[in-house]
Amino acid sequence: MGEGRQVGKGTRVRALICTLIGIVIAAYVLFPFYLVLLNAFKNQASIVANPISFVGTSFAQLRTNLSSVVNNTNFSFWYAFGTSAVITIISLVLLAVLGAMAAWVISRNNRKKWSVVIYMIFIASMIIPFQVVMLPLISTFRDVGKFVGINMLQSVPGIVFAYCGFGGAMTVFILAGFIKGVPYDLEEAAAIDGCSPEGTFFRIILPLLKPVITTVTILNGMWIWNDYLLPSLMLGQNGKVKTLPVAVQAFVGSYVKQWDLILTAALLAILPMIIIFLIAQKQIMNGMIEGAVKG
Amino acid sequence: MNSVANKLLSPILLIAGAAMVIISLIMDFAGSGSSLRGPMLVIGILVFFAGLYLFPTQKHHRKIVYVIFLFPLLFTFAVTVIIPLVLGICYSFTDWTGIRFNSVVGLTNYMTMFKDPAFIWSILITFIFVVLNMVLINLVGFLLALLCTSGIKGGGFFRASYFLPNLIGGIVLGYIWQFVFNNVIIDMTDNISWLARSKTALFAIVVVYIWQYAGYIMLIYITGLTQIPGDVLEAAKIDGANPAQTLFKVKIPMIASTITICTFLTLTSAFKQFDVNMALTNGAGSVANFMGNYLSNGTQMLALNIYNTAISKNNYALGQAKAVFFFIILAVVSLIQVRVSNKKEVEL
Repeated sequence: MGEGRQVGKGTRVRALICTLIGIVIAAYVLFPFYLVLLNAFKNQASIVANPISFVGTSFAQLRTNLSSVVNNTNFSFWYAFGTSAVITIISLVLLAVLGAMAAWVISRNNRKKWSVVIYMIFIASMIIPFQVVMLPLISTFRDVGKFVGINMLQSVPGIVFAYCGFGGAMTVFILAGFIKGVPYDLEEAAAIDGCSPEGTFFRIILPLLKPVITTVTILNGMWIWNDYLLPSLMLGQNGKVKTLPVAVQAFVGSYVKQWDLILTAALLAILPMIIIFLIAQKQIMNGMIEGAVKG
Repeated sequence: MNSVANKLLSPILLIAGAAMVIISLIMDFAGSGSSLRGPMLVIGILVFFAGLYLFPTQKHHRKIVYVIFLFPLLFTFAVTVIIPLVLGICYSFTDWTGIRFNSVVGLTNYMTMFKDPAFIWSILITFIFVVLNMVLINLVGFLLALLCTSGIKGGGFFRASYFLPNLIGGIVLGYIWQFVFNNVIIDMTDNISWLARSKTALFAIVVVYIWQYAGYIMLIYITGLTQIPGDVLEAAKIDGANPAQTLFKVKIPMIASTITICTFLTLTSAFKQFDVNMALTNGAGSVANFMGNYLSNGTQMLALNIYNTAISKNNYALGQAKAVFFFIILAVVSLIQVRVSNKKEVEL
């Protein structure tokens, strides 16, 4: 009895210490977020005077900061936010549908040589770093665009096209892995009932893919929303069309050390992602894990 | 399916689509400036595929569907990845200017880049950065995972908050940390920002990168740890194993495959690191003497070096050669890593 109680006490003390350590680390991890939030409520002078204290915070100042950032023509927050959202959503839908279609064809023909070759090329391409294709990509897009009369560089469709190309390999890889596990009998039964192959895919296979499509959508979404290099190269630093990361970069470049503006802009830039995370915390974390474990 | 209508509609669509594609291509080759030719090409292709889809055949319908399903993704993939990759490798042997090239120069670009001390420096610090990150992120991530699975209260909260930095893009968090280093913790660092000196700035990049990435690695380790069957841990306990023994003799060997995944992820992502590097220091930093030269790119890692060579210094051919070299290193290093870990996994 006595010993049992002692062990219980020991574990409780250990749990308490662990919790304390956890809190300290959480404070460290969240500290920069706290600083961004806090200093968005201050003017430049009080930020520089003391960036940690509450002195100088006011809602009036937050409103001033917000309006000077949102109305800034170098930043054009709403426009950049809208462009980012449109690019991300269209790319995600296309990647999910086109990726599932391609993955289905590849995994249902996995005994045929052409299918194996395509699959292998997709897998091998995942190691290709963006740096090695970025320069020729820009010139190819520019030349092809000029030749056929479609603007591929400073345009939303051009970027969506590029994201479908870059995200395709990983999407197909994860989806094909899942489709292999879907019993073929289902499709045979549908075929006997007179369902066409495309009907079978859209009515039977696609609904079954819902969980794994969520996974690839989260993985692609995190990457596309935050991506800086591809849009900055394709759209240009100060081009007409810009995504949120490109806009932040351009904004900070023109307001060096104006921390009241920079931190408010940072707050606006991270807010959408944090809100989405708070809503779909579990799905996002599970999606990230599955993507890593399967990739 | 109404086959009579299809028999009529399909050839019409096929011919119309092909005609539109051909006309727009003729306009392209003739140098016509008509703004209609672009949309016409796209619509032509779509119409052609619609005709193909309606093609009245029972025997080949499945094959046609396969082609239509595969085509869009393969096409975008070929145009954005395969063609630029092949072109890029070719361009690295020429005097490419980003728009055209005049002559093939053989290995000149590769020779130039290895004679450049600034590039050698970038390679060196990239390797240091990768090794440091691989070790530290895995260590921190694993310890955090142990902490979160140790049965503490509010585990879900801790998990979510450690993971939070991973949601934010490198550019934005680079600027946030620039503020932290230059304005907040500067008092603790003798009023000289960590970012002001090359050595401490490199360390700062490591700190920020761990901050961003460790939470993600932690999540994967947590999954690995919770997949260890309970009875194995029970058996270890009954056999009188202390916590340290359980950790090193049971838990770590049992999550060997998770360790492989995490090392691979940290390795490749640290290698390709660009955003944080750019936003935090933009590669600046002085090195007094490296191979007898003064360098001003003290914190510039490979990916940023490639970008600056091509975009800022407008030397596309050299940048492309560096990129090809970068690709080769990355491929070799990842292959070695996979080999080594597979061997280790078997041993454990």
